[in-house]
Amino acid sequence: MDITDNKENMTEAPVLLSVRGLVKSFDGKTVLDGIDLDVRQGEVVVIVGPSGCGKSTLLRCINALEPIQGGEVLLDGQKIEKDGKNLTAIRQKIGMVFQSYDLFPHLTVLDNITLAPQKVQKRPRREAEEEAISLLKRVGLEGKAGSYPRELSGGQKQRVAIVRALILHPEVMLFDEVTAALDPEMVREVLDVILQLARQGRTMLIVTHEMQFARAIADRVIFLDEGHVLEDLPPERFFTEPGTERAKNFLHMFEFEAVR
Amino acid sequence: MPDLGLNVLLKGKNMQRLLSGLWTAMRISLIAVAISMPLGILLGVLMTKKNPVVRAVLRVYLEFIRIMPQMVLLFLVFFGTTGAFGWNLSGELSSIIVFSLWGTAEMSDLVRGALISIPKHQYESSEALGLSRSQTFAYVIIPQTVRRLIPLSINLITRMIKTTSLVLMIGVVEVLKVAQQIIEANRMASPNAAFGIYLTVFLLYFIVCWPISMLARRLEKKWKD
Ligand SMILES: Nc1ncnc2c1ncn2[C@@H]1O[C@H](COP(=O)(O)OP(=O)(O)O)[C@@H](O)[C@H]1O
Ligand SMILES: [Mg+2]
Repeated sequence: MDITDNKENMTEAPVLLSVRGLVKSFDGKTVLDGIDLDVRQGEVVVIVGPSGCGKSTLLRCINALEPIQGGEVLLDGQKIEKDGKNLTAIRQKIGMVFQSYDLFPHLTVLDNITLAPQKVQKRPRREAEEEAISLLKRVGLEGKAGSYPRELSGGQKQRVAIVRALILHPEVMLFDEVTAALDPEMVREVLDVILQLARQGRTMLIVTHEMQFARAIADRVIFLDEGHVLEDLPPERFFTEPGTERAKNFLHMFEFEAVR
Repeated sequence: MPDLGLNVLLKGKNMQRLLSGLWTAMRISLIAVAISMPLGILLGVLMTKKNPVVRAVLRVYLEFIRIMPQMVLLFLVFFGTTGAFGWNLSGELSSIIVFSLWGTAEMSDLVRGALISIPKHQYESSEALGLSRSQTFAYVIIPQTVRRLIPLSINLITRMIKTTSLVLMIGVVEVLKVAQQIIEANRMASPNAAFGIYLTVFLLYFIVCWPISMLARRLEKKWKD
């Protein structure tokens, strides 16, 4: 992997996504309490933290699936707002893949992928289908274009979901524990696709519990707990000498599992 | 072979009368279905809205219609309105009103069930792809809802058709009533006619409802996720 080569000039790449003082609460309960986070062009940021600390919520706020109570999210300097009028345009620049399989069950793989390019971006069907097929080839699923989601394994579904996001040519990809619901033998095929995207220099924000994967792919690891960013370190530092006790305890849980 | 009294069917216009009785039953169900389906869809969508007053009112309506035996509803509309408001509704009109009220209530519950069975993630992943709210409904939510709904509503339609046999209780001359009349008229000449005539009625209902049920089953299979 030559990801490390790119990392040299990472600090000079322009900031693509900027989260400033983000506050999010549900019914008065504050989940995110002033999050600041800059993601540069081409950077891969992995977000880790205990279950329920607000990782999914953070991604959902970035994509304006949740209204926020304070702060702002900027993509290319443009503000992302839940009811903003340019929301559709901005959302095309953000690709998101969820933990649950969320393909549209009534559409074939090909139609799942080409729906948004046709209806949102008004691209001609032929062109969208051609790109869909070539993307499917890249994730090893060219034979599945005519299949329905119910005919696919979990790993295949997630790869299709990734393709469905990629075809819109997003500037940043958000991944929310995309392998958490998969059988272990299917985790690899999905992570490999994400690694491939990292090699192409894609900007990505990844929530995962796969620590080895995090270590391999991340340019920076963010540790989220109690509504705050407690750590923001390169992976080598985060996994060997995290600055906070909480992060140490968090990592310890994984070691314990590894020893067993 | 035992005498099933089938010869009675061939006497005079008996078969024709049975068929016209069947048509009366069909007419009542078809009109009621035509009214219930759109109204049920409308109410079903309203039931998924947040407004608590609207929801409570619709809930009470649904429960009321469900708890009442259809026969009681028929009596209520046919005799009750005459006493209470001085209306003089015909048996057929009363039947159409009752079946429309019932069909609308059941249909709204089916629509509500189909709508809330679509996972939240379907809305979110659609919106995350940049589809607007109305595009999300048009291309993602409604097609899935319709697939769940069609087999269920076809079954509701066959239930409505079958239940029209009750309307003879308020004097509507539908197929079962005609059958009784024929049996009654031939009691002396063919005392065994009852079996043959009722068998014919059974077959008539079967011929109408079976293809509809089969269609529902086929669609259900085809659209199963
Ligand atoms: N729609 C919601 N309504 C109320 N509380 C929510 C909602 N979504 C998430 N939460 C709460 O916010 C917190 C963070 O959730 P989440 O972002 O899913 O955590 P994570 O992804 O890190 O496991 C949890 O305490 C969760 O219960
Ligand atoms: Mg989560």
